[in-house]
Amino acid sequence: MDTNNTSRKAFLASIVTTGLALAGCSSKKNPFEEAAGEHAKASGDTVKLLSVDGQVIEVDKAFLRPVPESPVISNIEARMGIPGKKFVMVIDLARCKNLRFCEKACNHAHSLHTDLNWLKVYPMEEAEHTAPYWQPTMCMHCDEPPCVKVCPVDATFKRQDGLVLIDSDRCIGCRFCMAACPYSTRVFNWEKPDTLTTEQVCQPYSCETSVPQKVGTVGKCDFCPDMARKDELPHCVSACPNGVYFFGDLNEDSVTNGAETFRFSDLIKDKAGYRLMDDLGTKPSVYYLPPVARNFPYEQGVENEKEKS
Amino acid sequence: MEKIILTDQKVIGDLIPKKFSKLGMIWTGILVVFCLLGVFAYYRQLKYGLIVTSMRDYASWGIYISNFVFFVAISLVGSLITAVLRLSGVHWSTPLTRIAEIIAVSAITFASLIIIVDMGRPDRFYFLFLYGRLQSPIIWDVIVISTYFIISILLLYIPLLPDLSILLAHKERKGIYKFYSFLGSFWQGTHMQFRISKRAINILCIAIVPVAFCIHTVTSWLFATTYRPGWDSTNFGAYFIAGAFLAGAGAVNVAMFLFRKYYRLENYITQEHFDKMGKITVMLGMIYLYFNVNEFLTPYFKMKKPEEAFLNSLFIGAFAPLFWSVIFGGIIIPMIVLLFKKGRRPLPMFICGILIVVGAWFKRYLIVTPTLLQPFLPMHNVPESYKHYFPSWEEWAIAGGSLAGAMLVITIFARFFPIIPIQETLIENHEKAHHQ
Repeated sequence: MDTNNTSRKAFLASIVTTGLALAGCSSKKNPFEEAAGEHAKASGDTVKLLSVDGQVIEVDKAFLRPVPESPVISNIEARMGIPGKKFVMVIDLARCKNLRFCEKACNHAHSLHTDLNWLKVYPMEEAEHTAPYWQPTMCMHCDEPPCVKVCPVDATFKRQDGLVLIDSDRCIGCRFCMAACPYSTRVFNWEKPDTLTTEQVCQPYSCETSVPQKVGTVGKCDFCPDMARKDELPHCVSACPNGVYFFGDLNEDSVTNGAETFRFSDLIKDKAGYRLMDDLGTKPSVYYLPPVARNFPYEQGVENEKEKS
Repeated sequence: MEKIILTDQKVIGDLIPKKFSKLGMIWTGILVVFCLLGVFAYYRQLKYGLIVTSMRDYASWGIYISNFVFFVAISLVGSLITAVLRLSGVHWSTPLTRIAEIIAVSAITFASLIIIVDMGRPDRFYFLFLYGRLQSPIIWDVIVISTYFIISILLLYIPLLPDLSILLAHKERKGIYKFYSFLGSFWQGTHMQFRISKRAINILCIAIVPVAFCIHTVTSWLFATTYRPGWDSTNFGAYFIAGAFLAGAGAVNVAMFLFRKYYRLENYITQEHFDKMGKITVMLGMIYLYFNVNEFLTPYFKMKKPEEAFLNSLFIGAFAPLFWSVIFGGIIIPMIVLLFKKGRRPLPMFICGILIVVGAWFKRYLIVTPTLLQPFLPMHNVPESYKHYFPSWEEWAIAGGSLAGAMLVITIFARFFPIIPIQETLIENHEKAHHQ
């Protein structure tokens, strides 16, 4: 390969694209800037608050600062993962009627391009005379991830807590991972996401929130580790009214859908849980409970499908 | 073998590069127009992103990647003609070595360019060197392709040195002269220099064979290291190399016909060359056909569920017309024509060469895209445009521009350098004269 030639080309290309990226992004804009210290003057308007040690205190409104929702996680921390955890998902196929609230919540939380879904509910039927069912799929966060193996630049990586995440600031957009993934779970930002707010466009990318998605890079389900850091459930799990999704930690041996909590090993044993295409040796972190003793008939999902389209 | 012995002056006069005729100017002009169209399309792609292509999440690789595989395949011919034939002591191929080497250099250059075109973030190209991970087959490809590029350049350059000194002796001292002298003024033609250069060429010829095998094997592994039906095959490396040799031989057949016609090289590229290249092409065609049968028959016999939809799409489905055209038009028919002595004359050889090269281009397309349109899970919940793939005009323009660019490099090379090695032709002539 003519590296001299190509790197000059890459350099020229970088001028073009960074120019594009910067357009519309004003210089580092701090959302809390207006409330920042020196300029605030007492307004006389006070508000009662509960302090950390349980005392009621009164504070002038002008001195209130919004606390950032979660601590900023550095790229290195985001690549390491949360120590001592091994995240798993259990999906109960007997409960799914293709409502797709999960999909909507996920798309909203990650500001995905309108054509893209990280979470898809498939109408499945193994063979002609077998029962049809609805199968939600997301990234399987494999323990032997084929996508991580093929990534040439370490843009997609496996963490100690089992998650497979993407660094959109690293991804070169070769799409080898998309070809490698047998679950078709990876999507590509063929153009700039049309749903991003100006504020999102300007904020630095985080591997844990996967926001903002960037043009020319790959995206996929991230199991919402930012929510896990806050001890909250991923968006799909809390959005599902039928409790299809159970999220949890294999080391604690417990999974929950918010309303119900199960011992993971018991749930898998009692309901004969399995993993998708386990014969490929990918060792997924998503487990499925077979669609037996269903809460809804398959046809109800078909109606939902028609409504959506 | 031609029995006429040509004088040195005639050989040099025949082979020294000449200015383009009107036809040459038109040809170059057309190529430049195609290149510019490709550059404009790429400008649009840089501006709007890969959305200007027809690639989407299922067909996430399209004609850029198949074009890349095609270029890698064509470039293998350099090692075939130069190294394999040379090492096996064949002398008739000498006049073809430079044609083969410049095809190799130009094809491998455009292979690397087209892979950058396919990247979603070409501005991060240098990440491959900054953050490269050795476990990814893409990095293997980067390593072997750069190695192959360097060896090919050297194999083009070192045998060119004696010719450069001939050029320096016969050209006026202006313009291009400086360039020739920059490239080769240190060559004095001493006994020592000839010995070193001969040794270097031998070493390079030995080195390029395994590297050539590597570039195409590793390129096939970009596909074979995935689980997908149609790609998940242990046959893939050998299948790709066999296809590459055939495609490269086809390209040489086309090029030798055109150069012979345009530069009136009938005394140098003779009927015999066509006859021998024709026989080689038949042999390579048979090998490739064998690997094709191997690649498709056994999965078709078993019809595993994921393979079934894929094979049906090739044999009787949407890709069937293209698939059978390629198998018959690009492999079987040229092979049958070249089996006959009359079929190995220059014109039929040229036509068969074109059939083989065009067939090879579409064959790469059939290797890349149909597989991607047969995912394990059904295509669902995506816009309609995601379920099919037909290249957009930008993709055609860029792919066409890259092909035109590769031909432009070869054309310009032939304008400034002798496309038939002069020095080696002179030596062979002297040897022949000596024997008579």
